Amino acid sequence: MLFGLDFPPVSHLVEWPGIAGTPVNKVMILTAISAALVFIFFFLAGRKQAMVPKGIQNAGEAVIDFVEDGIVLQTMGPDALRWVPFMTTLFSFIFVTNIWGIVPVAQMPVNARVALPAFLAVLIFFLYNIVGIKSQGLGGYLKSSLFPPGVPKALYILVTPIEFITVFLVRPFSLAVRLFANLLAGHLLLVTFALLTAALFTAEAFYVAAALPFVALVALTGFELLVSVLQAFVFTILAAVYIGGSMHPDH
Amino acid sequence: MLPVLAELTGDISSIGKGIVYGFAAIGPGIGIGIVVGNAITAMARQPEAAGMVRTTMFLGIAFIEALALFGFVLAFILS
Repeated sequence: MLFGLDFPPVSHLVEWPGIAGTPVNKVMILTAISAALVFIFFFLAGRKQAMVPKGIQNAGEAVIDFVEDGIVLQTMGPDALRWVPFMTTLFSFIFVTNIWGIVPVAQMPVNARVALPAFLAVLIFFLYNIVGIKSQGLGGYLKSSLFPPGVPKALYILVTPIEFITVFLVRPFSLAVRLFANLLAGHLLLVTFALLTAALFTAEAFYVAAALPFVALVALTGFELLVSVLQAFVFTILAAVYIGGSMHPDH
Repeated sequence: MLPVLAELTGDISSIGKGIVYGFAAIGPGIGIGIVVGNAITAMARQPEAAGMVRTTMFLGIAFIEALALFGFVLAFILS
């Protein structure tokens, strides 16, 4: 079970036993390894700061450029550049934790268990509320988020409950569930096709169609790579949109 | 292998789960089709803007797909 060499029972979808009775889980070990990997990558990339980057510094700068130009500058504006380290860490960490789903020995995307996505969503929830309260004051922040300007006064009876539910309930919930459900669905598909391939290959009779689930498995692995990158990007860009919206509420 | 496969037997609630996810996937399917179609039209009309259009398209797809995945998760919560 630890090395992904056999299939877990179906009950492991909702019961998460530790290794041999200890409370430590494979998911916890992978989370710790992901955090260590992200730290080591960016630490090594920043050690020698040559003017013309080469090697690992080049890769680190590529990631930071992608986050800065594609996420922070697009959604938060040029005066939010101090958020780039946080967004880079968030994007890299979510990407590394997602990618374990297709790495051969581990085979378990960490975000397929709801604990880490829920924690990250709660973190972003606290962040955009605290940034909003700090920049506009408590009353100003509540006024600008619950009573958006440019709405005729009579419509506030309809708009304000919707805005309240959107800002304080739907946003963190949808952030967590989007990441968790995408990764869980991909993981379940991979496990299903792998189980089917193994069952067809090890049966006593020879099935001509045994190659079909294997082809689907290969295609789905490639698709899971795309989904890992995409979900990390979407989580980060939505976090940037929410925090940017709290900082400058006019647009 | 067979004991693992034998655990995946169905009962009446799995029909309900299928119905829940089936209905949940209709709207996002149409919605994502509209978004991607308009994005392709935009990229064909102005190829210089393709990068920005592509980024916004992915953002829109992620929002809409979340709704379909709510239904997927709900189908698993239903016992």
